[in-house]
Amino acid sequence: MEILLTMSNYIIPVTMLFIVVYGLLNGVRIYETFLEGAKEGLQTVVEILPTLIGLIVAVEIFQNGGLLEICTNLIRPLVEPLGFPAEIAPLSVIRLVSSSAAIGLLVDIFQTYGPDSYMGRVASVMMSCTETVFYTMSVYFLAVGIRKTRYTLPCALITNFVGVVVAIWLVGLVW
Amino acid sequence: MDWIWGFFIVGGILTGAILGRMDLVTNAVLDGGKTAMELVFAMAGVVATWAGVLKIGEKAGMIAALARKIEPLMNFLFPTVPKNHKAREYIAANFAANFLGLGWAATPAGILAMKELQKLNRNGTKASGAMCMFLTVNMSSLQLLTINVLAYRTKYGSVAPTEIVGVGIVATLVTTLFGVTLAKICSLGGE
Repeated sequence: MEILLTMSNYIIPVTMLFIVVYGLLNGVRIYETFLEGAKEGLQTVVEILPTLIGLIVAVEIFQNGGLLEICTNLIRPLVEPLGFPAEIAPLSVIRLVSSSAAIGLLVDIFQTYGPDSYMGRVASVMMSCTETVFYTMSVYFLAVGIRKTRYTLPCALITNFVGVVVAIWLVGLVW
Repeated sequence: MDWIWGFFIVGGILTGAILGRMDLVTNAVLDGGKTAMELVFAMAGVVATWAGVLKIGEKAGMIAALARKIEPLMNFLFPTVPKNHKAREYIAANFAANFLGLGWAATPAGILAMKELQKLNRNGTKASGAMCMFLTVNMSSLQLLTINVLAYRTKYGSVAPTEIVGVGIVATLVTTLFGVTLAKICSLGGE
């Protein structure tokens, strides 16, 4: 545990150190270049801002109006015969639309069942092999004005579903 | 995208009306924008910092070197993107940032990658096969270490918070391989 947490404390500073030293050694005007990139970064933020607003408003309406619960309840009877634990179905749906809401639910599971319970382990593993599909798709596709996303959404949804199944299966196998 | 967004809004509001939760929906409409702005303020600095660092890496030729190192992988995933094309560099940078779990830091490279891919895209507003592959891999989750999950496990009294790391890495590899296979199969239909 200690080693991993120490490692994780090192990742970001070391990455930065490595890039900056590499830049210096290769004669890059590092500060000037940094500023140039940072400016582009801020432009990117401004560009994706409308997308983010549209997205977050939609997700909040979806959640607060109760449609998220209905979707979860619809999925539950479909996946429970497959051996999905009760709390995992809502987590897998929420994970697709909001990272922070998923963390909230993860904490609920930890409080109710404990992080070392079967449910807690499945939820923990799941968080590492699934992604906020709705957000990622919107930001990246809308940034370049793509309207027809072809097979990206089904591929991402199926892959995330497989992620949940794999998490359940692996936890069952290991513990 | 229109349909998904429409489903969230129309479905959400109608459900709210049926369930008598219009007060909550009103709050969602009014607060959603605020939440988004708060998020943007929180992340703008991080994104700008990493976009700056990324630029140094790019000018120093580091990202091009990275893209060359994983050239066989790139050839397999993105056969339609020419060798030494900028798109490959940004894709490599985005994958690397995701891999390290840098989160928001991956976004600038990802958007630059999409812009370069769009230059190669002959379908107009329709996604190219390379874009579908890039995003499928991206959304299959590449992150090896989920630091916040470990932190919460510790906080809620786990006796072995990191015991899930190994299993998590295996699960991530499986989903990524699955995603790649799926996107490959879908791309057989042509552009």
